[in-house]
Amino acid sequence: MIPGIIIGVVVVVVGIFLWANYNGLVRLRNQVKNAWAQIDVQLKRRYDLIPNLVETVKGYMKHERETLEAVTKARNLAQQASSAGAGERAKAEGELSSALSRLLAVVERYPDLKANQNFLALQEELTSTENKISFSRQFYNDSVLKYNNQTHMVPSNIVASMFGFKAGEFFEVTLAAEREAPKVSFTQ
Amino acid sequence: MGALLILVGYFLGLAFDSAIAGLVIAVLVWVVLSLVAYFQGDSILLGMSRAKKIKPDDHPRLYNVVEEMKIASGLEKVPDIYIIDDPALNAFATGRDPNRASVAITSGLLQKLNRDELQGVMAHEISHVRNRDVLLMAMCSVLLGTIVILAYYGSRFLFLGGTGSRRSSSSKGGGQGQIIILVVALVFIILAPIFAQLIYFAISRKREYLADASSALYTRYPEGLASALEKLAASPEQLKSANQATAPMYIINPFRKKGLKASDLTSTHPPVSERIRILRAMAGASFNNYDQAYRHVHGGKGVIAVASLAAETIPIATVKLEGEAGELDEVQRARETSDVMWRLSNYRTIACDCGARLRVPPNFKEPQIKCPHCGRTHQV
Repeated sequence: MIPGIIIGVVVVVVGIFLWANYNGLVRLRNQVKNAWAQIDVQLKRRYDLIPNLVETVKGYMKHERETLEAVTKARNLAQQASSAGAGERAKAEGELSSALSRLLAVVERYPDLKANQNFLALQEELTSTENKISFSRQFYNDSVLKYNNQTHMVPSNIVASMFGFKAGEFFEVTLAAEREAPKVSFTQ
Repeated sequence: MGALLILVGYFLGLAFDSAIAGLVIAVLVWVVLSLVAYFQGDSILLGMSRAKKIKPDDHPRLYNVVEEMKIASGLEKVPDIYIIDDPALNAFATGRDPNRASVAITSGLLQKLNRDELQGVMAHEISHVRNRDVLLMAMCSVLLGTIVILAYYGSRFLFLGGTGSRRSSSSKGGGQGQIIILVVALVFIILAPIFAQLIYFAISRKREYLADASSALYTRYPEGLASALEKLAASPEQLKSANQATAPMYIINPFRKKGLKASDLTSTHPPVSERIRILRAMAGASFNNYDQAYRHVHGGKGVIAVASLAAETIPIATVKLEGEAGELDEVQRARETSDVMWRLSNYRTIACDCGARLRVPPNFKEPQIKCPHCGRTHQV
């Protein structure tokens, strides 16, 4: 009788332990997936904005052909890399970000352009999309960190290895230039 | 409101000839009111302050900033965004759960803040939503109200031997033991509501610190919120539609008075100057950094719960340049905000070639309108 009760209690405790840890891990893994989808949405949005931007800016910036071409090229490369792994993708997106920030820095030399309503609206969208990309990346990395900690720490690591929860990959910005604020020079 | 309820309870108690009934009714009414405040509080609050809901096109920058903070905080849904047409500088969050939340900002504040500052303020509000502070403060105010009511009725029982019932106290001369109990009870009854109130304020202040810390964490840029708070503190205007119950949800105390002592125990918010100093003393953007900065500025124990201190130092985003490309100055922001407010009141704006802008009211029926400045006619 008494051994039966003890076994019963042990089974229940182990069951609760497995149940709670498994659910916690699933929740975190879903959060990571969700965060990754968020980055994707914002990156796609940036691909869509760039042709508009180049079109609007082209008429004003006759002498900046190279800068504009660099942006278009970086955008196409990034779009191609979107099916690749997180590492390669982060690199291509980093290139695009720095090409864009060079373009926006050059804009300072064109007062006519800065007065264009259409351009101002586009610029706000672009600034915000850049921010959204970095915030969604920030949230993604925070989620991955939390999830990885959970898969490595005792006792949830037991459950993680039992059910095959693999550690997630961080989305790091490989380019140092992207982290710096764009340097705006007013002298030509 | 508590006092009103006690009066209602008292008269009801008289009517039913029993103090217990009065007590029960007062507590019941208080609970019902709190539930109403919890479930309908957001629409009541927004309606009272005549806040206008905006769509993404109405004010793209504000909408984008809120969406950015929604992403950074990991909320599932962008909260509804409202603008209050008021020159006072303030902002608040409301809504009982993260999926049914709203943030509101006064037009005065909207035109005063640059993008980074707006981001800091919105991150603060979103973290109130994210941390479920609305729910927490509603619970606290229910408890507070119940304690006040109980203490009041307790005192009545003690002194009058029951309210309403006209029986005279039968037991006379209880001895010393009873007197001591009486004195203890008396002290308890007087102090309980005061302490309850103080605890309520202390919880509210703690949640403000937490929201500041979260704002720094989400934006990775504590300076944004710090300089926004500086602008807020400099303004003498007070928000007309604020009330005591909703005060904890605002970015700064809507009832603040000039020259109030720094460590005021009866305030829903910590002093602004201290909040700014803590934010500026942060060496990184994590909760841990905020806690260290708090201990540095304030002394004593930290303010963030130990459980959430796991993350080490998180670097602060690089210092952003003032007047960065595309940043509007204050005059442009003021014009932009007033355009939005006119549009939300269904006025149409026609820009005349002479530079004048005509605001056409919604009940204007003529097909054409003449510019009062240069005399050109415009189609409406």
